[in-house]
Amino acid sequence: METARGRASSKGGVVREITYRQALNEALAEELARDPNVFLMGEEVAEYHGAYKVSQGLLERFGPKRIIDTPISENGFAGLGVGAAMVGLRPIIEFMTFSFSLVAFDQVVNNAPNMFMMSGGQFNIPITFRGPNGPAHQLGATHSHATESLYANAPGLKVCTPATPRDAKGLLKTAVRDDNPVLVLEAELLYSSKGMVEPPDEELLIPLGQAEVKREGSDVSIICYAQTVPLAIAVAAQLEEEDISAEIVDLRSIKPLDEVTIFNSVSKTHRAVIVEQDRPFCGVGAEVCYRIQKNIFDELDAPIMRVSQEDVPMPYNERLEKFVLPNADKLMAAVKKVCYA
Amino acid sequence: MQPVEQRDEVEMLSLMLLIRRFEERASQQYQAQKIGGFCHLYIGQEAVVVGAVAAVRDDDYIITAYRDHGHALARGTSPNACMAELFGKATGCSQGLGGSMHFFDKKNHMYGGHAIVGAHVPLAAGMAFASKYREEDRITLCFFGDGAINQGSFHEALNLIALYKLPVVLICENNLFAMGTSVKRSTSLKQIVDRAEGYDIPGDIVDGMNFREVRDKLSEIVTSIRKDPHPAFVEIRTYRYRGHSMSDPASYRTKEELEKYRLDDPIIRLRAQLTREGKLTNEQFDAFDKKAKETVLASVKFAESSPELPVEKVYNYAYFKGPIEPEWKRREGAPALKAES
Ligand SMILES: Cc1ncc(C[n+]2csc(CCOP(=O)(O)OP(=O)(O)O)c2C)c(N)n1
Ligand SMILES: [Mg+2]
Repeated sequence: METARGRASSKGGVVREITYRQALNEALAEELARDPNVFLMGEEVAEYHGAYKVSQGLLERFGPKRIIDTPISENGFAGLGVGAAMVGLRPIIEFMTFSFSLVAFDQVVNNAPNMFMMSGGQFNIPITFRGPNGPAHQLGATHSHATESLYANAPGLKVCTPATPRDAKGLLKTAVRDDNPVLVLEAELLYSSKGMVEPPDEELLIPLGQAEVKREGSDVSIICYAQTVPLAIAVAAQLEEEDISAEIVDLRSIKPLDEVTIFNSVSKTHRAVIVEQDRPFCGVGAEVCYRIQKNIFDELDAPIMRVSQEDVPMPYNERLEKFVLPNADKLMAAVKKVCYA
Repeated sequence: MQPVEQRDEVEMLSLMLLIRRFEERASQQYQAQKIGGFCHLYIGQEAVVVGAVAAVRDDDYIITAYRDHGHALARGTSPNACMAELFGKATGCSQGLGGSMHFFDKKNHMYGGHAIVGAHVPLAAGMAFASKYREEDRITLCFFGDGAINQGSFHEALNLIALYKLPVVLICENNLFAMGTSVKRSTSLKQIVDRAEGYDIPGDIVDGMNFREVRDKLSEIVTSIRKDPHPAFVEIRTYRYRGHSMSDPASYRTKEELEKYRLDDPIIRLRAQLTREGKLTNEQFDAFDKKAKETVLASVKFAESSPELPVEKVYNYAYFKGPIEPEWKRREGAPALKAES
């Protein structure tokens, strides 16, 4: 496993505990320092250091030429990024949240990923779109979108959803170096969460399309990503007390999807529950579910279950919001159902 | 309905006081965690919406962005319904489903409360289109911030509004900042009102700290539009005393700047005007203020003791007249399948 455990990293350096936010900040700083073609653009990224303080200190270090505040013009600056990428720059475009990326949907879905095909392979688009994604807390219907299934639906886009500081750093760095459009969907509620990460002088790159088993188990595979990873970890601990051993597969990338890790896990446990932060209809879980039954149908001892949001716009009221979101009770119930417990 | 020219200035002053006291109390309740999500206060800008409302009929349409508490109150939404909305209660103006950023009140012709910057300007075009279509002489007042004028939807809407000669008053509440970005850093124009010129829409600049100036300019515009439908644009210069939202320390501006505007306070100013003219005594003002404070305090009590919507109600608001089936029922297995097995 790649996870940095204990004091020493695989290369012998000392791992440190940092926040998800710091991890993203380090990834940005390292890639900006490495490649002069990389720049960061978005609302409040420079002087305000990011609405969620992810770009703290970057303006001071890299200057206003490379850390650029924009007006509230998502479609405009997303398109600017795509154009700059066509002629050789490597833009990192921050959406203050991915709910606002919907204003730029045309650029992200219709320009960035289509260019390579349409131009007969002349123009690849090495761009990174990043920012917080997924429901946060009581922000209401317009501000609570999880956009992964919307974007994963578009051919030509890559989509990753880091859940830990280490994955956030490693995936963002990989995204910036990728020669195609990549969306890094950060977990708004996890910005202040902490985790062990290799020291800054050790290059940390996590390939897209590699899931990670975050916890080993034998009775059921809980397939999760982003904000549902900590949820799954908490539920697995509860299940342990009831003698159910859950394996946790963190997808990390939605597209490309790591089928091998999923199939290996489900072939071992013979049961699967997919828990996603997104809405149910045409969701990530539906795709994962299809692939499991298509490829390893005989390994299954129970129908696959999905836990997701309810299929309604997000209400503001706290209790109603909780009711709509996936939660520990729903996940427990689903696991017990597939385990016939 | 009150003929507009008779709307009592003293009443309008107490309306401004009510908004001020409401916002102060909302701020306190937010800190006490009775209110969730994002909360944007209107303190300092009261003369804009009150001046505008004083110039129109009760059945004219009003639509605004997310800094909307003052707009609802000025429109006649009860403080109880406003506070209850912030508390997420069923008695709120949007039944606790919308929250601070999504105040709606059909009865009082308040059409929201819209949290995606710029996204409601096309809606204003549609509302005004409908008035014209039905040959009504209603006017649509569309409020938005200085930050909204760089959104594509704003530009597209302005062209449509001008092209179809729609009866919309476009009211830009220029409080100099969009979050931490000053107008100087977001907009290529010397003054915002010049945006209107590009679409051949007549534009004016108004001092938003002066209730009378706002009302008189709006009255003039409204009279002209009622005679013959056409759009108009006003850049109303104002200032928000508080941070962008409750979590913003507003360190991008100086204490001196804030103090300068506070001395020019719209409530103090109208009070002084009325006192000088012998229309208001200090005792009367104090009585109004006391009443505003009591009303707001009562609204907190009302909100606290109000019920929340039962959680299952979420299924009733995905579609009009079409409650949907809960996701958990799907997980349990569709009813038809259950009957078979
Ligand atoms: C499309 C979109 N992008 C970004 C945001 C985040 N955001 C909310 S308010 C705001 C600033 C808007 O400023 P302005 O229009 O001047 O209104 P004010 O807050 O001053 O009332 C921003 C960037 C958003 N809500 N919608
Ligand atoms: Mg503003």
